[in-house]
Amino acid sequence: MLASNESSLKRTPLHALHVARGGKMVPFAGYEMPVQYPAGVLKEHLHTRTNAGLFDVSHMGQLALRPKSGRVEDAALALERLVPQDIVAVAPGRQRYAQFTNNDGGLLDDLMVANFGDHLFLVVNAACKAQDEAHLRGHLSDSCIIDSLSDRGLIALQGPKAESALARLGADVTAMKFMDSGPRKVAGFDAFVSRSGYTGEDGFEISVPAAQAESLVTTLLQNPDVLPIGLGARDSLRLEAGLCLYGHDIDTTTTPVEGALEWSVQKSRRNGGARAGGFPGADKILAQFEKGASRRRVGLLPEGRAPVREGALLFADGTSSDPVGKVTSGGFGPSLNAPVAMGYLPTALSANGTKIFAEVRGQRLPLQVAATPFVPNTYKR
Amino acid sequence: MTTLFTSDHEWVRIEGDVATIGVTDYAQSQLGDVVFVELPKVGRALKKAEAAAVVESVKAASDVYAPISGEVIEVNEALAAEPALVNSDADGKAWFFKLRIADKSELGGMMDEAAYKAHTA
Repeated sequence: MLASNESSLKRTPLHALHVARGGKMVPFAGYEMPVQYPAGVLKEHLHTRTNAGLFDVSHMGQLALRPKSGRVEDAALALERLVPQDIVAVAPGRQRYAQFTNNDGGLLDDLMVANFGDHLFLVVNAACKAQDEAHLRGHLSDSCIIDSLSDRGLIALQGPKAESALARLGADVTAMKFMDSGPRKVAGFDAFVSRSGYTGEDGFEISVPAAQAESLVTTLLQNPDVLPIGLGARDSLRLEAGLCLYGHDIDTTTTPVEGALEWSVQKSRRNGGARAGGFPGADKILAQFEKGASRRRVGLLPEGRAPVREGALLFADGTSSDPVGKVTSGGFGPSLNAPVAMGYLPTALSANGTKIFAEVRGQRLPLQVAATPFVPNTYKR
Repeated sequence: MTTLFTSDHEWVRIEGDVATIGVTDYAQSQLGDVVFVELPKVGRALKKAEAAAVVESVKAASDVYAPISGEVIEVNEALAAEPALVNSDADGKAWFFKLRIADKSELGGMMDEAAYKAHTA
């Protein structure tokens, strides 16, 4: 069984490079991906925060949404039928965080949407990409051509030395600000570069034709500031940054309000806005903006040293038998040198500083509700 | 003094009726960077194969089992204070706990060093 499962896993254009670098390959979202390299999760995490880390995220879905009219606003208006974000306001050369919602106000996926001037460029989660593509085709084919850019690799270069590492390859990136996105030449290749990422650090995501991915990565790794980083450190970095992992911290049962993602829904799409509603689940989500939701995603800092992991039940005190919530992500934060977690609590218990308890191996461990990010982000605004 | 090994990648050092238990160097290499260790209470009576201690890396938690039955007579407090010892000295300073052996016949199913090396090869 195991052998046949493994052989059905897909590989990214960087598979051979991961193996050559000693990457420990594991199944992830249908792909064989490196969870860590010989340096290990702890060193990879810390290297990213102090130097630059290079991540293969080629398993993620890249899509172009091309308006049949030729006017990018039409693609933006079409996409607004599926997401609660203001896409029309995304200027050429900029990108925005968004979510696909369902009729119950839950989240089908979260994604990045960039305006490339004549079309929109979307990056979606690997595990959701087939479903997202079908969703787009099913709803937007009247006005848009949906191109799956499955012939492209995607890498993330994150950390304080990411800019210099990329600039060294002749890439014109120093003037870019956080969430700028567009076509750029990188090492002579036709790349799409955005100044964004999933670590809380300044950094870039670089899309290149699959055939050029290995060459670009090999060149970047010749710089001693740059180390390859696996999924293990990617997870601990995003957790310290307070960023949601789809399928864990947000999913089809959580709304943007419950997920503490109100900041990502612009006023123009809320009640009283120019294009209020008009996305799946708008009634429920917009009502929650007015009246609040009964539960909320929060950051959690365990008071002791023991990590409190995904699935741990949360209790209001040390003895009650009824759980009030659940941890959705948790582990050890190497930069904080302490355990970190996030989860859902009743809104009444969601204020920062509230003391609650998690059950771990039969014991009630104290935690505090805490603001995220746990580690300050260093985005270049 | 004899050292035996389990298929759960633990080592058991036997001195008289006392067994000292730790995880193998192979185990620590598979666990990755250890950030937390939870040890059993002194005086606890453990049954063979019972979860006795916990070792956690950045990514995951793993149980350390009692390889044989016995009473916990000492735990390595230094390890709780410095979990990274598991990575730097799994076979030595990073011992987890000591048991007063209840039944020496339970040692029978374990591997010697040569057999363990073959097991992990």
